[in-house]
Amino acid sequence: MSISVPPRTTARGVLSLAPDFDVEAVRADFPILQRRIGDRPLVYLDSAATSQKPVQVLDAVERYYRQSNSNVHRGAHTLGNEATELFEGARRRVAAFLDADPRGLVFTRNATESLNLVASSYARELLRPGDRVVLTLMEHHSNLVPWQLAAERAGLDLAFIGLTAEGRLDMEVAARLLSEPTRLLGVTHQSNVLGTVNPIRELAELAHGCGALIAVDACQSVPHMPVSVRELDVDFLAFSGHKACGPMGGGVLWARPELLERMPPFLGGGSMIQRVELDRSTWAEVPAKFEAGTPDVAGAHGLAAACDYLDAVGRDRIHAHEQALTGHLLEVLDEAGVDIQGPRTLVERGGAVSFTMGEIHPHDIATILDREGVAIRAGHHCCQPLMRHLGTPATARASVYLYTTHAEIDALGAGLREVGRILGPPGTPR
Amino acid sequence: MTAGATPIEDELYREIILDHWRNPRYRGHVDPADVTVEGYNPLCGDEVLLTMRMRDGSVEEIAFDGHGCSISRASASMMCEGVAGRSIGEATELGHRFRAMMLEGGSADDLGDLEALQGVARIPLRIKCAVLPWNALLEGLQRGGGTVTTEEGPLS
Repeated sequence: MSISVPPRTTARGVLSLAPDFDVEAVRADFPILQRRIGDRPLVYLDSAATSQKPVQVLDAVERYYRQSNSNVHRGAHTLGNEATELFEGARRRVAAFLDADPRGLVFTRNATESLNLVASSYARELLRPGDRVVLTLMEHHSNLVPWQLAAERAGLDLAFIGLTAEGRLDMEVAARLLSEPTRLLGVTHQSNVLGTVNPIRELAELAHGCGALIAVDACQSVPHMPVSVRELDVDFLAFSGHKACGPMGGGVLWARPELLERMPPFLGGGSMIQRVELDRSTWAEVPAKFEAGTPDVAGAHGLAAACDYLDAVGRDRIHAHEQALTGHLLEVLDEAGVDIQGPRTLVERGGAVSFTMGEIHPHDIATILDREGVAIRAGHHCCQPLMRHLGTPATARASVYLYTTHAEIDALGAGLREVGRILGPPGTPR
Repeated sequence: MTAGATPIEDELYREIILDHWRNPRYRGHVDPADVTVEGYNPLCGDEVLLTMRMRDGSVEEIAFDGHGCSISRASASMMCEGVAGRSIGEATELGHRFRAMMLEGGSADDLGDLEALQGVARIPLRIKCAVLPWNALLEGLQRGGGTVTTEEGPLS
């Protein structure tokens, strides 16, 4: 096995990708990184599951509750106006973060809810029996199960784009499937297991060419790189704010406003109506039509603060920093003798790296690493069909973010040697 | 789950557990089987397939297969060793006592090698790994087969 990384990223040269990135200054913004796990410093390599939060976000949430807390879009008092302005300001801020029209920006609980909204209100309601939805083998359950539910209810056909041996989408299959009548393509921007970054712009062209819309799960891309819905030319895009330094419990759906206007409501209740009779109602304008009930104002405000924070650091610079870290991570894992699942180069690859160690189960890897203070994810990562394709019930996954250091990657390497010492080198047992 | 001063080899990965992991006893399938139970841990995807042949109210033959971590495999191996040849009543009682040790802080007395798994009880996320094969066993003994998960094991 060999790891190929661009020459600029090998050995000491890694920092050349992000020459002026002051990771220690970034880390100082994240209080939780001071924690110890037992007698070890925390080494948090699970940012693909959720990111840690900087003080700027924590302060924004606290400030909202201390100074402006009130319900939104109701009443004419000062606090109500402030809360409404903060909430709508957050909508504009997050839309700008995505280079998107704010009228298409819907706040949800998480990306899962965002994708369910599309599957329910678009696919289930507006598609017809026999219509085809194309998905991929690398989708998270959140971008698979909602389409299964919609397909069952509306009689839709599901088809799947498979993977190459390297863990990339098989673009020949994609081109073939998307040359036939299709109504929607659902695809992840970056695999949460393999780290593969998919060519969304190209897929959007293929989808639109056959009359399909494209819905993108951007949970693993939006936090880590500049993402423009205009440049990608996508129709729906979902992400979870908590993976992008925002508070837990906040997600986002962006959709073309004209699509939201055609789609029936997802949930009914307050805030989403225009006029209510006993037996029928009319709907508020978009995006309010899709935001029934009291929203998480503090969460939206916190996510806006997270967008400010990530842009202040610079998403290009964060991406460059993570590319350098990922190159180092691939090298350290290679030296540890583990099997990397997914692309082994930095080409179109993000900083979530899955691996297996022969017969040693990922849970055992994670438990031993935890003793070393190293937090990784182990399991099926909500991607059971992908696990079956890889021929393993589970993988271990290390993932980096803007606050991750090269020394932390080295700590993972040391931890993996400890796994080998206790449970034997990879592949030993049986 | 917190790291402590106790080396992990003493608390969790004790020699007897690693031995059952590396050299699992009773691994495979009883064929033909009177009782077949599938056990799933939906949180992590681990699976165990338990097959048994019963004779005169006893577990005449038992075997397990599937995939899981060292703890789940060792637990299944030790469980099969513990119940092979035992009466249904004895096997059921052992199952309840093992679950009590793992889930309710019950005594490890007279559990023999199974006592080695007691350390797992201190790591909440791993308890289900150890209990999964036992849920399958109790389901099989009580209902003669079926499917169990770590989220709704038999309680009685």
